[in-house]
Amino acid sequence: MTFFIEVLVAGLLAGVMYSLVALGFVLIYKASGVFNFAQGAMVLFAALSFVNFHAWGAPFWLALVLAMGVMVVLALLVERLVLRPLANQPAMSLFMATIGLTIVIEGVGQLIFGSKTHRLDLGIKDVPIEMLGVGISKFDLFAAAVAGSLVLALVLFFNRTATGRALRAVADDHQAAMSIGIPLTRMWRYVWALSGGVALIAGLLWGSRLGVQFGLVVVALKALPVLILGGFTSIAGAIVGGLIIGAAEKLAEVYLGGVIGGGIENWFPYVLAMLFLIARPNGLFGERRIERV
Amino acid sequence: MFYREASQYKTSYGADQQIFPILQDRMGFLALMAIVFVVVPILGNDYWFNGLLIPFLILALATLGLNILTGFAGQISLGSAGFMGVGAFAAYNFVLRVDGLPILASFVLGALCAAVIGVLFGLACLRIKDFYLIVATLGSQFFIEWALTKFGWLTNYSSSGVITAQKIVILGVTFDTPLRRYLLVLGVVTVMALAAKNMMRGAFGRSCMAVRDMDVAAAVIGIRIFRVKLVAFAVSSFYCGMAGALWAFAYVGTVDPEAFGLERSLQILFMAIIGGLGSVMGSFLGAAFIMLLPIVMNLIGSTVSGQAIDTSVVAHVEQIVYGVLIIWLLVVEPGGLVRLWQVGKEKLRLWPFPR
Repeated sequence: MTFFIEVLVAGLLAGVMYSLVALGFVLIYKASGVFNFAQGAMVLFAALSFVNFHAWGAPFWLALVLAMGVMVVLALLVERLVLRPLANQPAMSLFMATIGLTIVIEGVGQLIFGSKTHRLDLGIKDVPIEMLGVGISKFDLFAAAVAGSLVLALVLFFNRTATGRALRAVADDHQAAMSIGIPLTRMWRYVWALSGGVALIAGLLWGSRLGVQFGLVVVALKALPVLILGGFTSIAGAIVGGLIIGAAEKLAEVYLGGVIGGGIENWFPYVLAMLFLIARPNGLFGERRIERV
Repeated sequence: MFYREASQYKTSYGADQQIFPILQDRMGFLALMAIVFVVVPILGNDYWFNGLLIPFLILALATLGLNILTGFAGQISLGSAGFMGVGAFAAYNFVLRVDGLPILASFVLGALCAAVIGVLFGLACLRIKDFYLIVATLGSQFFIEWALTKFGWLTNYSSSGVITAQKIVILGVTFDTPLRRYLLVLGVVTVMALAAKNMMRGAFGRSCMAVRDMDVAAAVIGIRIFRVKLVAFAVSSFYCGMAGALWAFAYVGTVDPEAFGLERSLQILFMAIIGGLGSVMGSFLGAAFIMLLPIVMNLIGSTVSGQAIDTSVVAHVEQIVYGVLIIWLLVVEPGGLVRLWQVGKEKLRLWPFPR
C-alpha cells in the first residue's frame, strides 16, 4: 500500500510539471485561439537562454530577468511577424505557422547556444523526504509549490487587473472585445510574453530535472493530452489534467507495464485522454460548444 | 485564350463525366504522362531516381492520403507516418508469412491493415474534432511507433528491430534497378492519384467537403457525417499505408520504425498545407516543394559558405530558413501552391486581356 501511495504521489507531482507546460498553451489558446505547437520549443529556448546567461557570468536573478527579456522579445516578434499577417486566417494555418515557428526556434537555439546538454542546478536536491511514512522528492514538492503559486498569481491577474479582464474579453469574443476598444494586437503581445514567462519557469524546472537539452521539446508534447483532458480554455483544467495524466501514467507504467511491456509512457496518456474525450468531448473544464447552422 | 472551355460541347454522358472534362487538361495530363513514363526514364540517371523521384512520388502519395482526410474531409491528423509504418510492416509480414502471395496483393493487404487501424483511431472522431483530434491522432502516432518496436513478431524477431524488405518480383520481372522501381512506384501513384481525383468529385468527395465546411449543416441535409468521417479515415490510411509499403520495398529496402516517426508526419502535413489543402494536384506540388527545398538550400549553403563555416552552422541556418519559408508561404499564399496554378490558368483563359 505504501508503494502504491508513493507511486501515486510521485505521479501527481510529475503531473504538476506537465501542467506547467500546459498552462502556457492554455494562455495562448484562450486569448488568441491559436494552438501553439511552439510552446515546447519556447520552454527549451527559455531554459537555454537562462543557462547560457548564467554561464556567461550573470548572477541567478539577472540571468532570470535577461531570459525573461528574451521571451518578451520573442513574443513581440511572433506577434508582429506571424500573428498579425495571419489574422483572420483559418485556425489550421495558424497552427501550421506555429510548427514553422518551432523549427525556427529550435534552429536559432542550436545556432546560438549549441546543441549540447547543459546542466542546470537550482540548488534544490532531488532527494526523498519522509512524510507520513511516504517518501516524497523534495524537488517535486518545490515544483508543486511553484506551480501552485503561479496558478494563484495567474488567477489573481485574470480576475483583478484591467489587463487580465481585457484578456478574458478577448478570449470570449475577438470582435466584441475590439468593438469596446480593447487593442487586440497589444493583448496578443501580452499573452505571448506571459506564456513565455510560464515557459521560462517550466523550462527551469524541467531543465534542472532532465538537463537542458533538445529532448525537452518532446517532453513538452506530453502537455497535449493534459490539455485535452482539462479542456483548452481552462487554467484549472490544465492543473487537474496534469495531475490525472501524471498519476495515471506512473501507475500504468508500474502496474500495467509488466503485463503488456514497458515503455508505454509515450502513448498511454494520449490513449487515456482519447478515451476520456469520448465521454466528455470538451474536456473536464472546457466550455460547452453550442453549434448552430 | 489558351485555356478556354468555350465550345467544348459534351454530347454523351461519358464525355460529360470524364475525369478531365476540358480538352486542355486532358492534353496536359497526357503530355505529363508521356514525360514521366517515357522521357524521364530515358534522360534520368540512378541518382535522380533513387535520391529524388522515388521518395518524391511516395511522399506525394502519403500527402495525398492526408489531403483526403484533412483537405477534403476537414479532420486534422498528425498520424500519417504511423499509418505508413503500419502499411510497410504489414506488407512485409504478408510477404514473409503467406507463401506465393503476389507482392502487389501484399501491398494492398498491408494498406488495408493501415486502413483498419486508421478506422480504429478514427472512431475518436465520433465525439471530438478540430484540435482535440490532433492530439488523438498524435496518440495513434506514438502508439504505432511503440507497437512496432515492442512486438518482435512484427519485425520477425530481428535483433535491431529493423526489417529488410523482400525483393519485388511481379510476373517474373524483378524490380531491382532504380529505373524499374521508379516505374513501379510511378504506376501505383498514377493509378491511386487518378482514383483519388475521381473519388473526390463524386458523391463521397462532396459529402466530405460538406462535412469539412460545416458538419452540423451537413448532418442537417442528410449526410451521415460519422460514416463519411470514418470512410475518409479509412481511405486516407489506405493511401498512407500504400505509401509506407512502397517506402519500405521500393525506396529504402531496410526500414526501422524510426523512419515513420513524428517528424515524418509533420513533413507530410507541411507538404499538404504548402501544396494546398483539398487538391490532388496540390499534394504533388507540396511534396515537390518540400523535397526540393533542403536540396536547393544545401546547394546555396555550400556555395555561399564554401569551406569557411562549420557544417553544423550551415545545417542550423538551413533549418531556420526552412521554418521561415514555411511561415512566409502561409502568410503570402494561404491557399497553397495550387492557388498559384489556378491563378495562372485564369490568366491563360483571359489572355491577351488584362485582368
